Amino acid sequence: MLELRKDIFADERDDNLNEIGKGTQRQDMLGHVTGTSSYFNDHKLQGMLHLKVVRSTHSHARIRRIDTADAERSSGVRRIIRGSDVPRNLNTLLSLINFGKDDEPSLAVDKVRYKGEPILAIVADSERKAFEAIAKVRIDYEPLPTVFDVEDALKAGAPVVNETYPKNAFIYHDVYDHQKLRFGDADAALATADHVLEQRYQMSPIEHAPTETNGSIAAPDTNGRYVVYTSTQALFFSVDTCAKILDVPSNTFHFIGGTVGGGFGGKVDTLTEPLCILGAMLTGRPVRYVFGREEEMQYGPPRGAERIYIKDGVMRDGRVVARKVRAYFDSGAYTRLSSYAAVKCAAHLPGPYTIPNVYGDVYCVFTNRTPATAMRGFGVTAMDFAIECQMDKLANLVGMDPMEFRILNAYRDGDMKAHRREAKNTALIECVQVAAEKAKWPIRDEFKRASSRKDGRGSRAAVPRTPTDTRGGTTAPTQQRTTYDRQPTTALREPPREPPPPPPQPPRPAAPSHGAGRFSSVFGTRRR
Amino acid sequence: MTRHRGRGIASVNYPIGMNLGGDPSQALVHSNPSGKFTVALSSIDLGQGMKSVTRQICAETLGVPVEDVYVDTADSDTGPHCMGSFASRGTHRVGNAVMAAAREARGVMMEAAAEELEVSAADLETDGRGNIHVKGAPHRSISTKDVAIAAQFKQGKTISGRGIFLVPLSNVDPETGEMSPATCYAHACLVAEVEVDDETGEVTMIRMDSAYELGRALNPRLVEQQLVGGAWMGVSHALYETPEPYYPDPVHGPRDFVEYIMPGPGDICPHDIAVLERPAPDGPFGAKGPGEMCANPVLPAVANAIFNAVGVRIDDLPITPEKVLRAIKAEGGARPQARR
Repeated sequence: MLELRKDIFADERDDNLNEIGKGTQRQDMLGHVTGTSSYFNDHKLQGMLHLKVVRSTHSHARIRRIDTADAERSSGVRRIIRGSDVPRNLNTLLSLINFGKDDEPSLAVDKVRYKGEPILAIVADSERKAFEAIAKVRIDYEPLPTVFDVEDALKAGAPVVNETYPKNAFIYHDVYDHQKLRFGDADAALATADHVLEQRYQMSPIEHAPTETNGSIAAPDTNGRYVVYTSTQALFFSVDTCAKILDVPSNTFHFIGGTVGGGFGGKVDTLTEPLCILGAMLTGRPVRYVFGREEEMQYGPPRGAERIYIKDGVMRDGRVVARKVRAYFDSGAYTRLSSYAAVKCAAHLPGPYTIPNVYGDVYCVFTNRTPATAMRGFGVTAMDFAIECQMDKLANLVGMDPMEFRILNAYRDGDMKAHRREAKNTALIECVQVAAEKAKWPIRDEFKRASSRKDGRGSRAAVPRTPTDTRGGTTAPTQQRTTYDRQPTTALREPPREPPPPPPQPPRPAAPSHGAGRFSSVFGTRRR
Repeated sequence: MTRHRGRGIASVNYPIGMNLGGDPSQALVHSNPSGKFTVALSSIDLGQGMKSVTRQICAETLGVPVEDVYVDTADSDTGPHCMGSFASRGTHRVGNAVMAAAREARGVMMEAAAEELEVSAADLETDGRGNIHVKGAPHRSISTKDVAIAAQFKQGKTISGRGIFLVPLSNVDPETGEMSPATCYAHACLVAEVEVDDETGEVTMIRMDSAYELGRALNPRLVEQQLVGGAWMGVSHALYETPEPYYPDPVHGPRDFVEYIMPGPGDICPHDIAVLERPAPDGPFGAKGPGEMCANPVLPAVANAIFNAVGVRIDDLPITPEKVLRAIKAEGGARPQARR
């Protein structure tokens, strides 16, 4: 049941609108409920091959030797792709926005850093033939010590997961192994607080579990272009990532997507497109690469787990006067997007409250598990869990009603936030009041009368004197590469080169009359 | 064995769009000669309703019925650049881009109508039903279809518009973390009521009451769909889901939906939602975005309700029956707190 509370903030809105505010039926409703909406996997193309990857059976190991002799002779195998076949076999997703160093190969070359890391891609006539060939690949591993706990990973002598970050922590601003937030003097305030409460919280990894698993279909198009049907959540992010990894101009690709069976953050990583397109480039045939459910659950990136320590100082009257936070994001073996989320997490501190002294250290840590990625509430969900459990404990500690405790500490218009920007357009107090009303949770009149629009500003708008520190500084800032310059670096396994021309053997369908018209749909409707 | 009831609350805010900004989206809007409009985007509809919400924004801005607008998404040859559908950015970022494009297209449409009606464009208004007329004189009217025909075949005008929305990228101070992470925030407060079985450790959801402040509910049914679904995901995160049940030990990884447990239809509880609208100054019609944040308050509200019911704090997610039972045993039995 949804109730629109038009009475609240009515003076800030013009409700005289025609289409906005109406519960109009979705444009795509009919297609969705009749099963005729077209998803990437509805494009079954003539002569389509299937790609599957050989995944590491170890969490951390050196690869001594890869023997594909039997696999190459396996029935229906068209091509086995190795790391050396990938034009630029090292990437980091956020290089597209100039953030972080290339640290992840498309196919592992001499080391695997998590169980399930792709080592080879096998393109075959069917998924079954690909799996049969995978079973015939022999890989000689030399197992290495592993680390799975974020705090263990930061200890001296811990196994180095990802050589790009030898201390197992992402490096911020070329200098620090964590993102700092400093506002006021939290230590001084903790020393004079009536109560101090320090607690540890642990978020779990979470599987996105989309109905439609990650996947894509790539096919040669006319004029040397490739058409790619994809489940991506970020079309141009995927286009640009593929252009970088395959070292071709971005207009080589015609990406088509837009109708996706659930994402929740798990379809931002461009997991299948680069190898799928490379398979099409190397075979001259359409290639389909779709995750099975087990792959999606085990090796598709999950929500990362975060470990959070909060130390709060609270006065007997219920005012929180200091909040000190240490948070560790478990990025898994590679960066993907966790480095970004840690900064978002620092910005989120200390939650939607005005606390005069806030101190935060947020780490992005590498461990030998499946790389984590974005998920609904990225950087915030775990911190909200920690902060809101902590707020409940603090209210209990000072003997206050938890609703009233939140209204007392809530941020209001004109307050200074810990990231040093003025709070505007706030509405936490009104949400607490309405939730209390709905739940028939009694709160006292003075709290019913509170408003986000009054009693802020003034002394609450000041930036306090703030001591800073250089703890967590690292040496060798010159090693940090933060810009994406399209030039090969020494870290690359081999220089970029043109993708090889398609071999002549595969059967070519009749010449297309236009665009991608040579392809037929076996089921579903072609999008255009 | 006893079943204990308890209530817990949580209140949260959530930043709209990519942290620090720097995440542009573009839109193109054009009319065919029948006055039917197409919005070309490269944004993605993940099921959240991107196509529908941008369609309504476009129709409202143009002043035409929603049936006269069709949204085409995610074709890299025809749709202009968009950062993607994540970070609760769709409604705010893409919505603003569509609004800008529709505003430009509306400008041409009104000029074309003015030429046909031989008046100044400033004296015209749309009726939202497919007609343009002189203000105060509804009989001096022309349909958007006739305007489009005239623009295309007589006047040689293109009724089209381009739009982009960009929040400029913010710096981050390495020493203090000073930054501009977001331009607007959504808010929520949620009350969860649970029942905890002190013999099995099982937690049953009884009901949820919530208030969400979202700037403006552009389509209340889509908002309801997001909030109901998101709260379900919050319950699932709080009580059920994990691919690593003994994290950080990576053992016992699930491979399918038999091994990966989520709440089923029988585990869902009534959820009474209120929506507040404090318009964001830079949102399309004030809208922020309900996407990600709706799951967030559920996790701590459930944890706090469990404490209220049986007096144990579980600070490791998910809160499985095993963890609840071990905690109750460690305390020497359930210790129900004051009912609220």
